Amino acid sequence: MSRDAARHWQRTSGLMWTMLGLWLFFGFVIHFFVNSLNSIVIAGFPLGFYMAAQGSLLAFVVMLFVFAKKQDNIDREEGVAEED
Amino acid sequence: MAEAKSGGDFISNLGKIYTYYTGGFFAFVVFLGILEQLGVPNKFIGYGFVFLTIAVYALIGVLSRTSEVGEYYVAGRKVPAFYNGMATGADWMSGASFVGMAGTLFLLGYDGLAFVLGWTGGYVLVAVLIAPFLRKFGAFTVPDFFAERYGGNTTRLIAVIVLISCSFTYVVAQIYATGLIASRFLDLDFTIAVYAGLLGILLCSMLGGMKAVTWTQVAQYIVLIVAYLLPIVILSAKKFGIPLPQLTYGQALQEITNLENSLAAKGMAPVIKDAAGAVSFAKPHIKPFTDYDPLNYFALILCLMVGTASLPHILMRYFTTPSVRDARSSVAWSLFFIFLLYFSAPAYAAFSKLEVYSLINKGTALADLPQWIYTYGKIGLVKVCGANAVDAQSVIAACGKIANQGGMLRLQDLSINTDVIVLSTPEIAGMPYVIAGLVAAGGLAAALSTADGLLLAIANALSHDVYYKMINPNAPTKTRLIASRVLLLFVAIFAAYVASTKPADILSMVAWAFSLAAAGIFPALVLGVWWKRANTPGAIIGMLAGFGVCVYYLVGTRYYAVSFYETWSWLSGSAPAAKAKFVELQTAWSSAAAGAAKDAAWVALDKQAQAVANWFGVKNISAALFGMPVGFLGVIVGSLLTRAPSQEIQDMVDATRRPSGDLIMRDKDAALPSH
Repeated sequence: MSRDAARHWQRTSGLMWTMLGLWLFFGFVIHFFVNSLNSIVIAGFPLGFYMAAQGSLLAFVVMLFVFAKKQDNIDREEGVAEED
Repeated sequence: MAEAKSGGDFISNLGKIYTYYTGGFFAFVVFLGILEQLGVPNKFIGYGFVFLTIAVYALIGVLSRTSEVGEYYVAGRKVPAFYNGMATGADWMSGASFVGMAGTLFLLGYDGLAFVLGWTGGYVLVAVLIAPFLRKFGAFTVPDFFAERYGGNTTRLIAVIVLISCSFTYVVAQIYATGLIASRFLDLDFTIAVYAGLLGILLCSMLGGMKAVTWTQVAQYIVLIVAYLLPIVILSAKKFGIPLPQLTYGQALQEITNLENSLAAKGMAPVIKDAAGAVSFAKPHIKPFTDYDPLNYFALILCLMVGTASLPHILMRYFTTPSVRDARSSVAWSLFFIFLLYFSAPAYAAFSKLEVYSLINKGTALADLPQWIYTYGKIGLVKVCGANAVDAQSVIAACGKIANQGGMLRLQDLSINTDVIVLSTPEIAGMPYVIAGLVAAGGLAAALSTADGLLLAIANALSHDVYYKMINPNAPTKTRLIASRVLLLFVAIFAAYVASTKPADILSMVAWAFSLAAAGIFPALVLGVWWKRANTPGAIIGMLAGFGVCVYYLVGTRYYAVSFYETWSWLSGSAPAAKAKFVELQTAWSSAAAGAAKDAAWVALDKQAQAVANWFGVKNISAALFGMPVGFLGVIVGSLLTRAPSQEIQDMVDATRRPSGDLIMRDKDAALPSH
């Protein structure tokens, strides 16, 4: 593997771990605190309930659009992107 | 559609075509609404919805017929990210998601949100770990990847077995759902409805394979999302003045909590008493961990997420995008389109719950129950006082047998099937029948589109992996396509036959698909891309061990609960009282006289065994919690104990990780752009 390819994969892996970290947070960690979060109520929604019903879902959607953009930037900067 | 010249035209006009289609669909709904006002009977409105939508899907299927291998298996790899996202949305959201999800949230409250979280969060894993690499690989099927990466047909065969075991029960459930919806709205006999649904599915998929399925799924997504959102948008506008149910149901949640307290105080709902003797509502809607303990809640989320990321009929949708870049943004669009439904489902649940609790709270005599209770009671979906709510007399008779019932409807008397919530919302809210017909068309679209994707996944695995790659590698293009279609037909008819027998067991096994895929496919798939050292023996050991542990846990705890518990009682996480009861029933069974008494004692023992047969209290649906780590361990240990894969394979992994360059696999018959 050439040095450039190694650097591309290093940056790709870095982004992967960041995404998995966020996934772990929104998929699991935040819901550990559902009972404390439920004491905060916004527009009728207890926050703990809201996170499981909408908040985390919204975070997943935003995450994936950002991921697609960021990974594409990495590919372009490291010269391994497909032709447009 | 003439292939060579229209291929490009069609793709560049997609926006226009589907805009007209959506406009036409709205016009059609308005037209049927006008017919209803003019006095056309409901039955014809229902027929109009079901037949016309199926006819449109079939037309798309026929227009997209193809005789090219690349188009048949991967839609020519030219589906834009946005449309592939819609198609994946339809592929993903099953009849059960559409009809049953809101009902599950109604029954389970907060705990039901595990499904919503699991079935969306899984797409993060798809996008980051899997889809772009599979696209670069250029496989036609998921088992294709295993065969190429791990060399040889052993891993291919194992992957085919896992694929079929998780997809087949799933497709039976979809065909069952089409039969159920069609029979309910058209008054057809269930078996006839099943075969009518089968015809719709075959017309969509047989002639054009993946290409046809893609363009019908886009059309089906549009129908299903309109049908899902319209009733609650109207309801929200009516109740709270804002047509955004996802925002306004916060108020509904508040009202539900107030009603819960009021009902508990009046003794009109199941209650629990705390140590001080204070009475409170038994299962408040927003209270976590009433049905699942935290371990099971989070285990379920994990299994559903990883399962989502391993289901072949979803992964194969990302083979169809024009580039690796498009595969990534396509996953983002998929999740967006899926999100639209899943973040609305809790609103459905809250609005229905508010309606039902208000009905009970204001004091409703058993003689004055609303009509929808009888509509669904007649088909066995609503029970009052333990009996189907057929009419007022039967309800009063059933409740008369309960001491201190009091003659008013109480929450503890009412039992609602999960399917009722979505189907009945238009009627409960007093909307015209045309909206109910629309919901039926949406449910049908959801079931048909998922069935199409699953059937294609199974038939392609049989025709491409088993027939072409393992049995007859020299088959010419024409023979390959004939084999694909014959196998599709055969699998579809067999699945419809199984569905027509109303197999209760198979339907309850659908939830197993996620754990089976998560344990059997995920570890070897992810490590195949992310760990170069993973080799053939490791993959074989990991797949067999992960899948094996999962099947053992699923089948053992469900069908052989008594012997499972006898073997593993020391690992069971159930309460001591439940375990003591098992021992008691076991003694009763061994001392019972042979014959009817012995059989009855066995039934009681087996039932109790199913409650205590587990490892650490983990429910059967989350079997991958054990299977998946075993799978990972198997791949890692198996690989490290044997030789590293050849330089050739390692270079191939490098090429997979790099978006630019040619596809890794090239099919001799497929004339596809390589990028």
